[in-house]
Amino acid sequence: MAGAFWCVVEDDRQGHPKKVTAEVLGEAGRWAGELGAAVEAVWLTDRAVPDGLEQLAAWGATRIWLWEDAALAPYRGEVWAPAIAELAGREVPAAIWGAVTSRQRELMARVAARLGAGLAADCVAFERADGALVATRPVYAGKLLSRVRWASGPAVATLRPNVFRPAEPVAGRPPAVERLALGAAAATMQFVERREEAQTGLPELTEAEIVVSGGRGLKGPENFAILEEMAGVIGAAVGASRAAVDAGWKPHRFQIGQTGRTISPKLYIGCGISGAIQHLAGMRTSKVICAVNKDPEAPIFKIADFGLVGDLFEVVPLLTEEFRKLKQQ
Amino acid sequence: MKMLVLVKQVPDTATQVKIGSDGRAIDQTGITWIISPYDEFALEEALRIREKRGQGGVVAVTLGPERAREALRSCLAMGADRAIHVHDPVFERADTLVAARALAAVIRLEAPQLVLTGRQAIDDDMGATGAQVAEVLGWPCVSWIMEESVADDASRIRVGRQVEGGLEIFDVPLPCVVTAQKGMNEPRYPTLKGIMSAKKKEVRELAAADLPDLAAVTPRLEVVSLVALPPRPPGRILTGDPKDMARELVRALREDIKAI
Repeated sequence: MAGAFWCVVEDDRQGHPKKVTAEVLGEAGRWAGELGAAVEAVWLTDRAVPDGLEQLAAWGATRIWLWEDAALAPYRGEVWAPAIAELAGREVPAAIWGAVTSRQRELMARVAARLGAGLAADCVAFERADGALVATRPVYAGKLLSRVRWASGPAVATLRPNVFRPAEPVAGRPPAVERLALGAAAATMQFVERREEAQTGLPELTEAEIVVSGGRGLKGPENFAILEEMAGVIGAAVGASRAAVDAGWKPHRFQIGQTGRTISPKLYIGCGISGAIQHLAGMRTSKVICAVNKDPEAPIFKIADFGLVGDLFEVVPLLTEEFRKLKQQ
Repeated sequence: MKMLVLVKQVPDTATQVKIGSDGRAIDQTGITWIISPYDEFALEEALRIREKRGQGGVVAVTLGPERAREALRSCLAMGADRAIHVHDPVFERADTLVAARALAAVIRLEAPQLVLTGRQAIDDDMGATGAQVAEVLGWPCVSWIMEESVADDASRIRVGRQVEGGLEIFDVPLPCVVTAQKGMNEPRYPTLKGIMSAKKKEVRELAAADLPDLAAVTPRLEVVSLVALPPRPPGRILTGDPKDMARELVRALREDIKAI
């Protein structure tokens, strides 16, 4: 039997795996099925609740490697990477996959370096070519796709959120948990504090299924309120173009684009955004793209599934009203 | 305090990229090259640390072909004290780990107290260099930092790293690696004086043979091919009465494609 496909769990810091882990397990499950390999979860956390473990089993993890230790929070690469690498040295997995999140991007790079393995970050597809696993990843601001393969195992990769089909949960699978003790790798980094962002009540940008985004056409920071109202009705996150961020209308964490966040929601609605390459780099893998812009020549209309040529100050409140009617049905 | 900044020369975002004749790399003719923007944030931060402390040195380092020397000149014009260009045909197909090993070897030679780089280069977007260099050296690494302050005695650095939903603050002993996120500073433009004095500053060339303890240089990840994006199906453009447009969009999202 081939080595297992390992999926590193991303959790909500309350003991439950996040939805993106279902996506990683789902994609791993498809390949493991084809190659006759097992799918296993690798979870490092200060807190794993029984529900969370059952959730991983339901998503198809036939084994859960669990380190549960207060020293694992918050994430520190210097503590996490040796733990995973040591186990990988012993168990020889075929692949170690994670999600594109701030910490897993760094973690998987460290794990790959420690194992002397190849790393493919931000993958959006996998295929089998000439018997080898080939990953596809966007490069050059998403203008091209790069197909890459590993010279040897394990195939270390991170997967872009919202791109892969999540595993269908199957109830009643008891979780097979292997508890592990943390090795001697002590943290040299000392945690001081966590500063929470102001709560918007809206979902996190990279995880959201719907994203509403605003650009220069909004004319000022106060006008994001009309986008936030629409977002609230449809449960969307709010993002911004570089122009809006550089103008100081929104903090950088809201920026979608090459020097901001990369998103891949089911539905993206861009308002007053022209669609510069730098912005497209961060959202072109969205499933459905809608754009509202009064300039019929705006480049965003070239990639939009639905383009509304009109004044966003008129159109957006009307959209909000229509969405509200829909939600009340 | 000695600081080393790792930079990469990349195509300008607005530049057209075409697949080259071998199908695995881009055609380099006619490309406008820039320093990857995140690396500029890293360099700017190093320059600010030097200015704030009133002492210290900033060394810009790149791994790349002949043309990458131009990026180092820009770093020197911005204010870096000297530069190192790692340049060897053996690195032509380097993956992230091979590059990290080469850069780690330079860091061993130079023994800086702090290494800064961008959170990712905007050409291949792997975002691995900082973390992998740190792993090769056995140093701590803090990625996506938004703020920093170095202790007066240069024994440690306090950094804030961006994570989903907030900022995590750490005290990290030096030496360490940090990767810069956008928003931490606004990089300066080179002054005319800076550009002139850059011409007199040292750019040291290093080949693979000059790097001590360089581990394997065989890439573990290889590019099979570059491919163009599959075209998106043509969209529907709605014009006319805003109320009709809004109604039609919401209807189509709901009924035709079930996106909401």
